[in-house]
Amino acid sequence: MGVFANEYPDEAFVVRAALGSAFVALALGGLMGIIQTLHRTGYYDSLISNADYYTVLTLHGVAMVLLFTIFFLVGFFQWAMTDSLGRESEDIRITKLWYGMMVLGAAMSAVAILGGFFDSGSLGDVQADVLFTFYAPLEAHPIFYVGLAVFLVGTWLAGVDWFRSWWAWKQDNPNERTPLRAFMVLTTMLMWYLATAGVAISVIFFLIPWSLGIFDSVNALLTRTLFWFFGHPVVYFWLMPVYMMWYVIMPKLAGGRLFSDPLARIVFVLFLVLSVPTGIHHQYVDPGIAEGFKFLAMTNTMFLLLPSFLTAFTVVASLEHGARQRGGEGYFSWLTALPWHRPAFTGMSLAGLMFAAAGFSGMINAGMSINYLVHNTLWVVGHFHMTVGTAVALSFMAATYWFLPIITGREIFSRRLGLAQVLLWFMGMVLMGNAMHRAGLAGVPRRTADPTYDQVVFDGAYGAIGELRFQIALGGVLLSLSLLLFFTHIVLSSFDIGDRAAATPDTIPAPLSGPEHAPAVLDNLRLWTTVAIVLILLTYILPLASIVTNGGWLGGSYGALVAEYVLPAVSSTLDVFVGVIG
Amino acid sequence: MEIHRYEKLWFGLSLLLIVGFIGTITYGAVGAGVQMVSDSGGTVDPSYSTINENEKFAQQEGNRAIHVEGNEYEVAVIAQRFSFSPGTGDPITVPEDSRVTFYVTSPDVIHGFSLVGTNLNTMVIPGQIAEVTVEFDELDGDEPKEYGIICHEFCGAGHEEMAGQLQVVPEEQWEGDA
Repeated sequence: MGVFANEYPDEAFVVRAALGSAFVALALGGLMGIIQTLHRTGYYDSLISNADYYTVLTLHGVAMVLLFTIFFLVGFFQWAMTDSLGRESEDIRITKLWYGMMVLGAAMSAVAILGGFFDSGSLGDVQADVLFTFYAPLEAHPIFYVGLAVFLVGTWLAGVDWFRSWWAWKQDNPNERTPLRAFMVLTTMLMWYLATAGVAISVIFFLIPWSLGIFDSVNALLTRTLFWFFGHPVVYFWLMPVYMMWYVIMPKLAGGRLFSDPLARIVFVLFLVLSVPTGIHHQYVDPGIAEGFKFLAMTNTMFLLLPSFLTAFTVVASLEHGARQRGGEGYFSWLTALPWHRPAFTGMSLAGLMFAAAGFSGMINAGMSINYLVHNTLWVVGHFHMTVGTAVALSFMAATYWFLPIITGREIFSRRLGLAQVLLWFMGMVLMGNAMHRAGLAGVPRRTADPTYDQVVFDGAYGAIGELRFQIALGGVLLSLSLLLFFTHIVLSSFDIGDRAAATPDTIPAPLSGPEHAPAVLDNLRLWTTVAIVLILLTYILPLASIVTNGGWLGGSYGALVAEYVLPAVSSTLDVFVGVIG
Repeated sequence: MEIHRYEKLWFGLSLLLIVGFIGTITYGAVGAGVQMVSDSGGTVDPSYSTINENEKFAQQEGNRAIHVEGNEYEVAVIAQRFSFSPGTGDPITVPEDSRVTFYVTSPDVIHGFSLVGTNLNTMVIPGQIAEVTVEFDELDGDEPKEYGIICHEFCGAGHEEMAGQLQVVPEEQWEGDA
């Protein structure tokens, strides 16, 4: 076996392109991040106006959590499929097509957002100051919603491409178990199809026609609920590739192998089944949704802790096994036998450590009664900067140090530089994450250009607000430095500088307990998808029905066009129908 | 399938923790009576005219809570870009030792309504009336107690200015102002 980049040059090209797009988004998002951190904490607020702060915030959110994460993961998944099945794309033109669609969609949405920096009129009214949640009736230019839809369809096609590879592989290998990495990709994509149904309906059937003026209004609670139908499972879309890294790359780097293939499969099946019917936990304090539905979402959310707990065990056990293979001994001193000099390993370990801490703040968010204290405060922002901002982002960056040689055929520039980068990110996020959680407990709101009010005094449980602000700003500076180091490193690694060896072929070792120990039912994707759909229907049908019954499809008032043509047409069709039956 | 003994133990403890969490939250909802904001407030067409015709909003005059019976009161608040009415300018006033039900809605976009430092915290969604009941304790002395109200959901350029106040006043002052 040779290096992936040489074995599968076409696929490696798409993987590199996807990572490249991810890093452009990361750079843009990072630049917005430092601007808003300094603006909001009051350390440097003369660069942008308060009004532009929200444009910056929208771009930061969209670039980081939608573009950076998803571009990176489709690249990583393409490698995982090709490498684990050992076969090229069935049709590389399709692979390039979905990547191209994602770029096109991302560019359209980015143009709309950037339009927010210009005075209205100079660019027509191209703007999308709606934040990454785009809650209607806040309205963006249609190009923003259309861009999102095109991007989304690109990811759907990527899934189709991978399923096609898998089908073809199955025809050739009828008696073999699906390789673990391919299994992880397929379960993740199935989850993604279910999750994106919500946002796709919202964008295609409501927001695009509304922004084009075909409808006069939308039902704000309906589009919001459809957003969160997607908005929570999307976090697992970011997290599942990270789990794949923790399951297959980390044990290898530690010098061992995955502890248990069957348990890894169980974890991914649990994510497929439980990810979607949880979104209402973002709406605990929304009017218009009955308490029972919130309770149901809370229960599902709590059970979703299970796959993460199992992961903690399996990953740590695999690391311990690796460390002992490398001569580690004792109850805890085996930790010193781990390859801490490798940035990929250290970065992912720190990301995992911070994810454990963030898991606990997540349990608090999920507790519906205590959520009253933290809802929409900076606490929540602290939570997701430690989850998607560290568990995911830091794992992606750290994995890049291992991944880059595989897809470029050239070793990275310097391990030491990489190590400094991941450590800096971790330290920056310790300061920022901790201070944001504490500020949230004092009641400081999220999503505001200036969290100071004449009417309000925020009392921290301990420590002054000024100190928390300083920590957030300092954390932001460290994170920006870390990003700067990361990009410098990527650039240096892509040139032929220094005395660097060509990459050596890298293989993933077989798990201690292999797929032969996994019950065959685990691979029955049709079954698990059906279970997931049933759970989604049970959780969502009634609340959605009551939202539509109480508020109408479009929030009560229909557009003139609809009232004049569509409604009479529907009602006369119904009359005919009734007439025929009668 | 082979599962390690420690792994079974870990699985069991994890499940126990999860069930424990659900148990405490169930207790919070049923035993301690922490209610969620729900659909109890009903819906209203999101325009000024229809909101002002709504029973709860029609009876709200000025910034004083409306007496219902005993120690129960009601306040109807319209959250709009970028103020609370009542709340911004003159503070909403409620008497000490009272149970106050807030009705909050919006004619324009989604807002938040949060009484900083308390668990009065709800989303305000056009078309929906949020109904939240909270209890205010007896005051320690004769001085009114003030709380800040903020909008915690981005509602447009100017969102950071959207705030108000609520004042809990002593019994005598409440009666005197009446």
